[in-house]
Amino acid sequence: MSSKSFGNFVIRAYLVIFLLFMLLPLVVMGGAALNDSRMPSVYPWVGFTGQWFTDLWNDQVMWVAIRNTVLVACAVVCIAVPIGTAGAILLNSVKPNVRSLIYGFMVAPILTPGAVIGISTLLFWNNFNVSAGLHLSILGQVSFIAAYVMLLVLARLQSFDPGLEEAALDLGANHGQVMRRILIPHLYPAIGAGALIAFFQSVENYNITLFTRGNSQTLTVYVGSKIRSGITPTINALALILIVMTVIAAITYEILRRREQARQKLIEVDPE
Amino acid sequence: MGELIRRYGTGLSIAMVALTAFWLLILVVVPNLVLFEFSFKPYLPVAELGGPKDFYSLANYQTFLKSPIHIVIFGKTVLYSAIVTLICLVMCYPLAYFLAKVIKPANAPTIFLLLLIPLWVSEILRSFAWFIILAFQGPLNALLLGLHIIHDPIRWLSGFNGVIIGLIYSYVLFMLFPIYNAISSLDTNQIEASQDLGSPTWRTHWRVVIPHSKPGIASGCVMVFMLCAGSVIVPSTLASTNSRWFTEIIQQWMFEGLDWNTGAAYAFLLLMLCIIFVSLVMRLLNVRLVDIAK
Repeated sequence: MSSKSFGNFVIRAYLVIFLLFMLLPLVVMGGAALNDSRMPSVYPWVGFTGQWFTDLWNDQVMWVAIRNTVLVACAVVCIAVPIGTAGAILLNSVKPNVRSLIYGFMVAPILTPGAVIGISTLLFWNNFNVSAGLHLSILGQVSFIAAYVMLLVLARLQSFDPGLEEAALDLGANHGQVMRRILIPHLYPAIGAGALIAFFQSVENYNITLFTRGNSQTLTVYVGSKIRSGITPTINALALILIVMTVIAAITYEILRRREQARQKLIEVDPE
Repeated sequence: MGELIRRYGTGLSIAMVALTAFWLLILVVVPNLVLFEFSFKPYLPVAELGGPKDFYSLANYQTFLKSPIHIVIFGKTVLYSAIVTLICLVMCYPLAYFLAKVIKPANAPTIFLLLLIPLWVSEILRSFAWFIILAFQGPLNALLLGLHIIHDPIRWLSGFNGVIIGLIYSYVLFMLFPIYNAISSLDTNQIEASQDLGSPTWRTHWRVVIPHSKPGIASGCVMVFMLCAGSVIVPSTLASTNSRWFTEIIQQWMFEGLDWNTGAAYAFLLLMLCIIFVSLVMRLLNVRLVDIAK
């Protein structure tokens, strides 16, 4: 018994170390944003400053990069969500042998390095004299992000009862109504999650964007070039803002989840 | 297909087929074929395209084979990606089991939320964080010196140390989540039955838990290896001149050499590497593609 509780202690300690390993680097990076040192670091601590946030605010290139990033991400969501959803519905209604073939092609982009997707997109459109730019970044990103949407929608389709569609058709609904009133509402959670993942995958994408962007800037590419040449703590200021936003979102989500959980428990205890 | 039309009508069916075809043909299949074709053509100025020098050859691949440096870098990229994949697997399996089967199910979402924070904060900033930590006069050396664990500061960013640490930090969660999902779907009664029948812990894992979590392990290994071998940002942040990555050579051809044809050949080699690794993992663990990509 004592060896078992010892094992339990070890694995718990390991979990704590793992969490520290994942989270401490963010603390260091964020902390460096407040240090009054020209090189981003928390050690040695020179003094508290807000200067890097002012510098960040005045960085015009970065604002352009942020605008581009958001535009690209919105475009990716608008293209990848319909494509992924259509792909999943289609996949769900073809014969099994065709299904595994198409499935293979659909998930292939997830397993392909971003550099390869970027270069192949660049070369393909170059044949039609479409030069590099953010429009190619959008298409390149869609090719693998649509696969994520497809997987989410496909999982959700497993819990769909096709009998509902039959019933609607029998009761005289037309095909558009079946799609709009029966199938799509059932898929909403998956489509919503897909849109969210698509947006953030696009924002964080570096590899595909790097090879297809031409001369345009996106946030990740801009941060990347900053890191390579002339590091300043303004990147840390940006990082700290992103971390704080993420943490706020995480805490909000956690509070909502706990509240929902408590509500569920209440219902269980008191069915009325 | 007939089923599709019966349910959603001709118009909607055509729209869905068109969307899927656009995705798979225009965005996925044909660009890769173009990449393949491009890699066999010589790099020529626009005026000479279609001229007598414009014919297919293996010249771009010979460039690779004739360059020992590139071969070594390719080999090291494969080797270190494999090492990182293995380390991630060893790190994640016990943790995934612990999170899936030992702790209270109500606590798991909180821990995952904490783990997701670095994931949402983006890949580029994750490697930048380690750039700060591992700096020669950075916090890690200061801490280790302060604790008298080391007597001289370590040059973390020379050689492959920095890259390995950065790759593990950036991609370890892509190993954790699939294995966790796989183990979660195992019926806890099976583990208890094995224990009740007198099996020691290691055999319970070897004969019950690991076989069940094979799809998750396969999925994690494939994702981590692919992300490592294809990583651009981690090596360019954390590598030094003596630890170059294959993607950096590709970038060199594309951006500095402006030789897109040789770049295409090198990118194709990277793609082949990933295809071979996926098939190898599928063969070794005896899983299907459907199990890997979920």
